[in-house]
Parts: sequence; C-alpha cells; structure tokens
Amino acid sequence: MAAAALTALPDRFEAWFASRGWAPRAHQLEMVEAGRAGQHSLLIAPTGGGKTLAGFLPSLIELTERPPANSPRGVHTLYISPLKALAVDVERNLMTPIAQMGLNITAESRTGDTGEARKQRQRAKPPDVLLTTPEQLALFCAWEGARRYFEDLRCVVLDEIHTLWPSKRGDLLALDLARLQQFAPAMRRVGLSATVDDPDMIRGWLSPTDAEAVRLVRGPPGPLPQVEVLISEDRVPWAGHTAQHAMAEVYEVIKRHNTTLIFVNTRFQAEFAFQELWKLNDDGLAIALHHGSLAAEQRRKVESAMARGDLRAVVCTSTLDLGIDWGDVDLVIQLAAPKGASRMVQRIGRANHRLDEPSKAIFVPANRFEVLECQAAREAIAENAFDPEPQRIGALDVLAQHVMGCAVSEPFDMLELYDEVRSAGPYRDLSWEDFEAVVEFVSTGGYALRTYDRFRRIVKNADGRWTVRNAQTAQRHRMNVGAIVSPAVLAIRLAGRGGTAGRKIGEVEEGYLEMLEPGDTFIFAGGVWKLQAVTATDALVSPAPNKDPKLPSWGGSKFAISTFLAAKVRRMMSDPETWPSLPTDVCEWLTVQQDKSLIPTPDQMLLETYPRGKRHFLVCYPFDGRLAHTTLAMLLTRRLDRMRVGPLGFVVNDYALAIWSLKPMDDLDFDSLFDEDMLGDDLEAWLDESFMMKRSFKGCALISGLIERRMPGGEKTGRQVTFSTDLIYDVLRRHQPDHLLLRTARIDAASGMIDVARVGQMLTRIKGSILHSRLDHVSPFAVPIMLEIGKERVGGDAADMILAEAADELIAEALS
Amino acid sequence: MNAQALKERLFATSPCGGVAMAINGHPVVMRHSGALWLPVERMLVVADLHFEKGSAYAARGQLLPPYDTGETLTRLEAEVASVSPATLVFLGDSFHDGQAEDRLSLSYADRIAALATGRTLIWAVGNHDADGPRALPGELADELTVGTLILRHEPEPGQQPGEVAGHLHPCARLVGRGRAVRRRCFATDGERLILPAFGAYAGGLNLRDRAYAGLFARPPLAVALGKDRAHPLSWAMLGGD
Repeated sequence: MAAAALTALPDRFEAWFASRGWAPRAHQLEMVEAGRAGQHSLLIAPTGGGKTLAGFLPSLIELTERPPANSPRGVHTLYISPLKALAVDVERNLMTPIAQMGLNITAESRTGDTGEARKQRQRAKPPDVLLTTPEQLALFCAWEGARRYFEDLRCVVLDEIHTLWPSKRGDLLALDLARLQQFAPAMRRVGLSATVDDPDMIRGWLSPTDAEAVRLVRGPPGPLPQVEVLISEDRVPWAGHTAQHAMAEVYEVIKRHNTTLIFVNTRFQAEFAFQELWKLNDDGLAIALHHGSLAAEQRRKVESAMARGDLRAVVCTSTLDLGIDWGDVDLVIQLAAPKGASRMVQRIGRANHRLDEPSKAIFVPANRFEVLECQAAREAIAENAFDPEPQRIGALDVLAQHVMGCAVSEPFDMLELYDEVRSAGPYRDLSWEDFEAVVEFVSTGGYALRTYDRFRRIVKNADGRWTVRNAQTAQRHRMNVGAIVSPAVLAIRLAGRGGTAGRKIGEVEEGYLEMLEPGDTFIFAGGVWKLQAVTATDALVSPAPNKDPKLPSWGGSKFAISTFLAAKVRRMMSDPETWPSLPTDVCEWLTVQQDKSLIPTPDQMLLETYPRGKRHFLVCYPFDGRLAHTTLAMLLTRRLDRMRVGPLGFVVNDYALAIWSLKPMDDLDFDSLFDEDMLGDDLEAWLDESFMMKRSFKGCALISGLIERRMPGGEKTGRQVTFSTDLIYDVLRRHQPDHLLLRTARIDAASGMIDVARVGQMLTRIKGSILHSRLDHVSPFAVPIMLEIGKERVGGDAADMILAEAADELIAEALS
Repeated sequence: MNAQALKERLFATSPCGGVAMAINGHPVVMRHSGALWLPVERMLVVADLHFEKGSAYAARGQLLPPYDTGETLTRLEAEVASVSPATLVFLGDSFHDGQAEDRLSLSYADRIAALATGRTLIWAVGNHDADGPRALPGELADELTVGTLILRHEPEPGQQPGEVAGHLHPCARLVGRGRAVRRRCFATDGERLILPAFGAYAGGLNLRDRAYAGLFARPPLAVALGKDRAHPLSWAMLGGD
C-alpha cells in the first residue's frame, strides 16, 4: 500500500517493533497516517490482525511528541469497549508496549467495577488514556464540568463497533460522541471493527457529517475459513433443535482437536449438549459450559481455565461471541442452524487467532431444513458474502435520557442542542417536532392534560437555557443512566430447610420460570433440578439426579435466519441439481416432496392445504424466521376468523407456519389473505393488546426516565416495575394513544419483538407468487412443523382462558 | 367450608359476571370490576381508589401519566350506572395522600360530587387519607356496620368474622398453559372479606405474602378479576410472586 511507504514511525517505535521481531503492518501505518492528518477513521480487520494496537498507535505517537505542558492536561484518548472485561484486558495489553518503550504515558480503565477511590482520583487527575464502556461515558457526560474535563480530548477509539452501533446502546454512544465533539472540536473518531459487509453504514454512523468524512482502512483479508457441514452417519431427524443424533460424532471431533468452542443458539441447547457430551465422555475430557444464566463467578472460572489452556471444549451461547482472546482454540463447532453468515464469521473467528492460517469450523445441522441452511451458510462464507444490516434510526427514549443528561451537566440552548444531536449518525434525520416533543417529555412528561407544569424536571432559565430543576433530580438521573434494559431475572438457589434460600447457582429470566410449576424438573448449570418454590427474588430448587427432566417446550433459536441466508436456502431447495450434494435422507425427502406435492421456485411461496383428523390445515413456507412467522400467523388467524373458517390454532418454526381450522381452507383467495394491508389496522389492533407492547413499553419507560429503576435507598425489583408499568401502559393507551413513549414502544415492538419489517418484505415478495398445492394428506415438507404441534399454546385470549379453566376445575372438584 | 357449602356459593355466579356468596351469613356479590355489591342494602363498596397517585409521583420527579384519577372515576361511574346503588361506600385510601384532594382538578371534583346525587356517599377513612375529604359531599366514618358485616379500611389482626376491609390490595398469581397470570382479587374464607384495590395505579400484593398470615380461619378463596367475569380460584392453585 502506498500509505505504508510514506509513513515512518518514530525511532523508538520502529526499534520496539524490531525488538519483537515484527514489522509494522500496512494498516497500522495507514492508521498512523490518518491520525497525523487529523482524519476520522474506520479500521476493518479480521481478529488477530493487531487491530487494537493500530487504533492506539497514532495516540501513543502524538502523546510522546507533544511538548510539555505548564498545567495538568485532561484525557487525550478515550477508548470505549462494549464489554467491561475487554476494557480491563486492553488496558493490560496497552501497558506492555508503553512499558517496553519506556513511554511517559498513563492508561487506566474505568468500569462499573472500578473502586470509588480510583474514580475520584481519575476525576481529579485524568490519565492520558482512559478505557471505559458506553454507560460510563454517558455518566461522564452527565457530570457538571464535563466540558472542561474533556476539552483536551484528541481521539475516541470505539472497539468492536460492529456490535455496538445497531442498538440503543449505540444510539446513546452516538449522542455522547456528538457531545464530546462540542467539548473538543479537534477530536478524531476511530472505529475498530471485525469484517463487515457494509462498512459505509458504519462510516455513516460514526461520522459527525457523512460517511465520506471517515477514512476507511482495511487490514489484510486473511485466508477464508474452512467450513464443513457434518453429515451424520445416523439419519437426519425430521424436526428438533438438539442435534442429539450427531453427538457421538461431535465428541470424536473434540477428541481430535486441542480446544473446541461449541456454539449453540439458546442456553437450553447449551445445557442439553453439555449433558449429552458428558454422557459420552469416557475419556474424561475437560468439557465446560458457559452461558449468560450461570453465576458470574462460575463463568469467570471457565474463562480462566480456558485462558490457561486447561479445557478441551466449551459449550457456549452468544456470551462468547465477543471478548478476550484465548490461546489455543483450533476448532469452532456450530451446533444447530447458523442463522446468519456474519454472525458465523464472528464465531469462526474465535478459532485460531493467527492471521496466516485459516480458521476451522464444522456446522452440525439438527434437522432437514437446517441441512439446507448450513449448506447455504457454508457457501456464503466461501463467497465472502454477508447479511446486510438496515440503517439505524435513533430511538427517542434514548434521546430523552440524553437530553436530561445534558441538562444535568450544564444549561443547554434548545437550538444548539438540536444541531448537536443531528450530528450523531442515527439522529441525522431527526425532525424539530420530534426533538421538541422529547424536550417537552423530559420536562413535563409530554401529556395532553397539562397538569404537571409545576413539576417540571428541567426548567427554562431567564437566559432561555434549559437546566435541571434541582440537585436531587440530577442525582436520580445519574443513578439511572444507561440503555441496557435487562429482562427481570430470578436467582436460582438451593432450597434450604424450611423454605429458606441457600447457595446461588445462577440466574434465569422470569419468563422461563413462568413455564414451570413447582415439582417440575429442568436442566440448569449442567445438572437436573426440581423447582420447589418461587419467591419474590429467588427460584428455590433441589437437586434431582437421575430424573428425566421436563424440557422447555420451545427449543428454537432466538435469532431469526437472515434474509440473505433464507434467500439462499430457497434457491438451493428449488434447484434439483444441487440435491445430490446433500445427505441421502435429505435428498430423498426433497424428491418425495416433488412427487407428492410441489417444489416452489425461489420467488414463489409454497402453500399447502390438506385435511387431517377432524381439522383442516394450511401450511406455508416463507423461510423468514420464527419471529416473523409468529406475527404473520397472529394476523392471518385474525383474518381467517373474520372469513368464518374457524381457525383453532397455529404453530411456527424458522421455516414454516401451520394454521388449523374447523372448516376447509382450500378455496380461499390466498392473494387477498396475504395482502399487505394486514400490516395496517389488523397489526395496530393486535399489537396494542399484546404483551409484547407491555414489555417494550417497560423498556422505553426505564430508558427515558419515566420510571426510575434505582432510587436513593434501594432498587425496585423488576417484578414491581413490571406491574406498575403495565398499569401505566393500560391507562396511557386509553387516554393518549399517540404519546411519545407509546410511539417509541410501538417502533421497538415492531422491529425487535415481532419483526414487522420482515413480514412486510415477505408480503411484498410473495405477492402474486403463492404456489398452492391442494393435498389429501400431509406432505414431506409439512412433517417437521406438524411435529411441533402440541408443544405450543394456541393464541386467543389466553390469560382469561387460563383463569376460566382453573375455575372450571375447581367447580368440577367441588361437584364431585 | 364443606364441599356442599362451597358448591352452593360457587354456583351462584351472578349474570353480571360477578361471584355471589354469603360472608358471615350476609349475601354479597363480588363484581369483576373489583367493587362489592350488597344487594339487600343496595350498597356499592369500593376500596383503595388512590385518587391522584400519578400527581403524587410527579411531585417527586417521576412524571407518571396524569390520567389515573379520570380512569378510576370512569370505572366507578360505570359501576354506579349499572347497579344504581342507594349508598356508595369508599372503603379508605380513596386519596393517595393528604394533599391529593387539593390537586384534584375541578372537573374531577365535580364528577365525584355528582356521584352523590340521589344517594348517600360514605367515606371510610384509611391510612393514606386519615382526615377524609374536606370539600367533597358525603359522610365520614371510621367503620360501618351492615347487618352481620362490619366495613372498615384496614383489616384487624386475627380472625374477624364479618369484617369487610381493603388496604392490602390482594392479587392472585396463577400458572397455567405455559404462562402466568397475575390479577387483582377478592380474598375470603367465607367469614371475612378483603377487597381488591379499585384505583387505576394501585399495585397489588400477592395473596401468598405473609402480610395475610393469620387473617383467615382456613386457606382463603381468591376471586380474581377477569375481563368480563370474576373467577373463583382455590388457594392450592395460587403461586407466589
């Protein structure tokens, strides 16, 4: 690269590289050049390419070259990482070159775990390089005197930026970047990212103006990973998500490698695979388990055993997608469907952190459709093609939190702040009306019934600037900063004598326990437990060895298959020439489907109708993921109900959905049944009633500061918050349905929880392309989804039905 | 309560979706709105309205929507319209705090006053509103005897046959069909009765909480508030939070 030839490092740096037997890489030199030119930059390089050093090199050089100052200086470089642990780890890694070159540079981390004394000192005497998280940065920005603290700032480095930007955390970070830029106009923005498909999207997000303002630096691409799809000796199952049939082969592969990371999509799959592998573990290999519900201490133990090289395999969920580099991982196994090519490349990158050797991965499909999906993902990786991401539009609840933070830090002028906010990528197109509504919300709650003017949280000064009402309000805001809303969790504890709570084993989301009743058994933390009781904060359990656990009914993935991968699967399925390359059972299955029913072209959606038992079935195959299918099924059953065919229930998986009814559906007008207008009133009506709206409203209420999670003197538990936000939701919906927070919650639910955009794309895609196959009985394609029936509950007014059934039971008992 | 008695009581589901039974021998209907109807006296009883709870939070910096009083009033007006009671009893904690009455908007005060037209309003006082309303019509009472029943805000400790109280905001949690349902409920052992909170923002306390210990002679029956009817649930079906 030309840049490499032009840029020379200072002697001290050249000598250090030479002493390590290294030469500076081209992308590292290009980053130095961008730094000298004062340019914003985005570095895209595969893991292991000296990316972090490349991000810091310009700052280290600048710090050694700057003239001595008369007075103490502020922070020069701010490093932001999505993970606390990563910030601490990078601090350690950064200290090595600083010490070896004998540079007079201080670098310190600051996270939620940093002690008060150190935090105080950092405030009084800022280090040259400060390493922290987005939440800590938001807190910094809500300090009085933030402006002075950051006035010497020259550079912000955002690590793993590809995981940060498309989220509410990313929105908050973008707003804080805009703020910092006001404090320090010369500040450079530097993003570090693993391989992504669309760097311009991240450049636009990162930039204060437009994508062009951010220089794109690319590291060497590195060899393509080697990916195999494991074709089991056993028959590939029709349905299911556990890949139990292939476990013996997985175990054999583990034996042949030093260290294997085994990724699964849900923690229940993780628990299951861990159990199964230990049943086969005659050699006593050190196989560990890692997922988000395990106690932090237990996770740390696994991580350090891994770092020491003591483990042969770890079964893990997305908790290990990111993070600290580990020595000797030489194989990554993806158990069950990969769901997206980009995520897979990330995961595969966890193997072999050396640039010159390809990483090695094996995909293990758990059922027949997953065989197709694994093949498609393998091809996508070989073609270096990834799933595109949609552009990020900043959330208004996050903006509300930020506006409050600004008022807490110093009085603001509304016009100036509006311009500042629009210099943050996700808020570039924010309208003045929305901005005004947010400021009004922060001040009075934004209610049409204007009774809270005397309770304003921020008030207008005589000079027209907005400031926080009092110190107490400011303190409460600082206690509630952040844009991560974790679901309410319960601690799992051993039941002690007399129902007391004993040792903590881990945590689970409240929703999971709602599916169990006392006496039920479940797998957790690698053991089988019996649920004894649930208290306000704990689930009390006792060990239940040798019991067949009652597994949760849903075993699917929380990730939807990406649009890109789904299109590939549809293409592969429609082309009989590719079938012989698939496992024999799968090839046979496709051939029989062709004989008995139909195979759609890539642009068509297959829809089958057939009777079975006393019911009539409609099965269709959009391949758009569970989330989108659930939404579609909810909307379709509403319509079928109006058409008087008496829909009784539905079931979905990642590939298909099935609806059954009292009356036949063979002669319906399918084009009008699947018309896009279902995303209008039907969607609105259903969404407002759904528990998903309540859940997303709760998140918005917390982030926007309507409800405070932490109050001086104790935290409200998630449960108490749930209950009160539900009441508030109901009341607000009836009295002011267009309130800012309801609008925000609707957008969140539509994107995150029910994937309306995906349903919309699908309806457009299949318009006029529904291929109807009228059958006498179930087709080969329909078998997997039919096997899921009975595991899922039916829709409808479930809550009241549960009450009514319980009451009927009681009456029956009383009458007997 | 023996099976026969339970059967008689449970079978008496009223046409309006309420559950009719006798408390300490006195006939009552537990309506699915959370109000209690005494048909003999034509008396409607509501507990824990917590008027102006929203503005109480707003004064401390949490700007909850200011629609709770209007919402609670609308529900109450619907109940009054549907049964036309001769007497309307507020069973305490009608106001969220001592200043709540001053924060009431004029239109709300008018609507409350209008409820007194053609009937008697009785304000039993509670811990949140110990002095009762100052400007609104109606009589004040610490407690009220109706046949074999005694109506007061806060349950007295120990077993109190005939007591009808509020204060605890009972709610029931039931697990079934893969999900949990949490609803406000009446709680009774046939001798005493605790009313659910009627106010729009009033939270609930699970009936399994130890605050209820010692109040009932036997495990109480919960009558949970559903969309269009009340659902009797046995103690054994209920879960803790």
